[in-house]
Amino acid sequence: MKLHEYQSKNIFSKFGIPIPKGRVATTAGEARQIAEELNGRVVIKSQVLVGGRGKAGGVKVAKDPQEAEQLATQILGMEIKGLPVRKVLVDEAAAIDQEIYFAITNDRAAKKPVMIASAAGGIDIEEVAAKTPEKIIKIHIDPLLGLREYQSRDIAASMDLPREYWRDFSKIAANLWKVYQATDATLAEINPLVITKDKRMIALDGKMIIDDNALYRQAELAEMRDIDEEVPAETEARKYGLSFIKLDGDIGCMVNGAGLAMTSMDVIKLFGGEPANFLDVGGGAGAEKVAAAMRIILSDPNVKAVLYNIFGGITRCDEVARGILTAMGEVKPKVPMVVRLVGTNAEEGRKLLENANMITAETLADAARKAVEAAKKGM
Amino acid sequence: MSILVDKNTRLLVQGITGNEGLFHTTQMVEYGTNVVGGVTPGKGGEWVLDGKIPVFDSMKLAVEATGANATIIFVPARFAADAMYEAADSGLPLIICITEGVAVQDMMSVRTYLDQKKTRLIGPNCPGLLTPGESKVGIIPGNIAMPGNVGIVSRSGTLTYEVLYAMKNVNMGASTCVGIGGDPVNGTNFIDILEMFEHDPKTEKVMLIGEIGGNEEEKAAEFIANKMTKPVAAFIAGRTAPAGKRMGHAGAIIEGGAGTAEDKIKALENAGVRVAKHPEELPSLLK
Repeated sequence: MKLHEYQSKNIFSKFGIPIPKGRVATTAGEARQIAEELNGRVVIKSQVLVGGRGKAGGVKVAKDPQEAEQLATQILGMEIKGLPVRKVLVDEAAAIDQEIYFAITNDRAAKKPVMIASAAGGIDIEEVAAKTPEKIIKIHIDPLLGLREYQSRDIAASMDLPREYWRDFSKIAANLWKVYQATDATLAEINPLVITKDKRMIALDGKMIIDDNALYRQAELAEMRDIDEEVPAETEARKYGLSFIKLDGDIGCMVNGAGLAMTSMDVIKLFGGEPANFLDVGGGAGAEKVAAAMRIILSDPNVKAVLYNIFGGITRCDEVARGILTAMGEVKPKVPMVVRLVGTNAEEGRKLLENANMITAETLADAARKAVEAAKKGM
Repeated sequence: MSILVDKNTRLLVQGITGNEGLFHTTQMVEYGTNVVGGVTPGKGGEWVLDGKIPVFDSMKLAVEATGANATIIFVPARFAADAMYEAADSGLPLIICITEGVAVQDMMSVRTYLDQKKTRLIGPNCPGLLTPGESKVGIIPGNIAMPGNVGIVSRSGTLTYEVLYAMKNVNMGASTCVGIGGDPVNGTNFIDILEMFEHDPKTEKVMLIGEIGGNEEEKAAEFIANKMTKPVAAFIAGRTAPAGKRMGHAGAIIEGGAGTAEDKIKALENAGVRVAKHPEELPSLLK
């Protein structure tokens, strides 16, 4: 789960990492008011859950409250990478001397947390990493030992941070490690961490991603989820414990297992079709979940055919068939449906669907071919 | 012969009295797996499966009483890390964790701890192991596979069943099928298993089933090119998966552009691996 910049920085602040003064606004009037309170130059920053906001024109500096209001009006009407801007953060503007990149994230190859830092921070950090990798410092952290202070000093020294800042930096590093651990973050990133002209270190921007698998013990963070930033069908799917991603094609897919769901999409494409979604009903899905999945798939007006590919293991094919029948009674679908049931109780499942007017298939390739055909023909 | 599990496997089940634990214990016993006991804290002294399998309060007690040499974990995600630590501390050489949804920071700690021990972990979030005709330690439906000479290693669950089923349809059998799990931090990777297959006399050919994300397939390709003599065929899921909207830069800095299906397929093909266009095509590539 991604957090907004303002949410991330609030968490940083709670853990003792200095952040600029500022607040979030949903209207231009509010932005003006916050600028008046801050009494000086402010930065208006769009709050959307995607990278590249600055380059898209979603971050602007205002010299006074009036300009803050103008810029907020402009930014609140924007769309960034398809996401409408609904909130802006109004922060006091800092006089910047140096920009540092600093993050803690999971290194899946090393199977350990890694601390990454660079004296060449800012919006072009990925280019820095690609062209001058020696400017990126990485230190792995033993998860059982935690971050040791010498490691922070090593990082500070490696990026030639002047000695007068080592103590501040070590403190920020220790606190970011606490943030990362306490929130089950998979990413806690400060970019830039700035040194101001008056020699303070401040986290000017912040990004965090929380491990979805840990939300059960992060109730407070789970509440911060911004469902305005999601496709409504994806929010609905999560309610039922379904993993769903909307795509642009016209063949709806319901599959059990993420690997098989991706594969079913691949095979549809291989036979000349375009999948309308990724949907994993999960292991052991019962009739109710299957019915919910079907409603979600059919709520997409682009869908011209649906492919059901169920390989029963924990999941029982007869349960899935019952779910399909329930949903068909409710939704009365008008598009052709291709169903393939294999594995646990497949025979019973097929019998249940005998009179349901569905196209049946033996193999995955056969099912995909038939779904592509059906979508092209329409019905 | 086979790898990791066979007729001599003496298995414990952690979470044996839960719904899933009990269901799959029944399935494993029916398949012929030697399940010697189970653990559910607070239910020690009870028996399951009509009094055939004893339940213990702790792994320590269970191992002492049964002489087990492997354990399978079915406990809910929030208790899984503790179950893995307990299994490792009881001295068992092999842990299979089926549980899905273990927090990744928990897994990094578990993995770091296990690396200091002589314990091998398979999973988590995996379907487990199947040596057809001998032992099933996991949830792979036993009836979709037959004994044979093809070793299978996979990051996926149901996709693996799909491949086993396609193999059986053309009378192709498996030596051992290993699901290593789809989580970013797991216990055993492709290379570990490929190396075991390379040395296993019963395995003559190998299938690798990968998916997008991470760079384990690329590392496997390098291993295959340099160290393997047995033929390998592969399938990679996720050619059509959309790129995620990336937040922050750390992922790009750490992983670069890696992780796409195209990159993995190219690396495998360069290593001499035949890559299938769809999973049902896999068996024909190893004929």
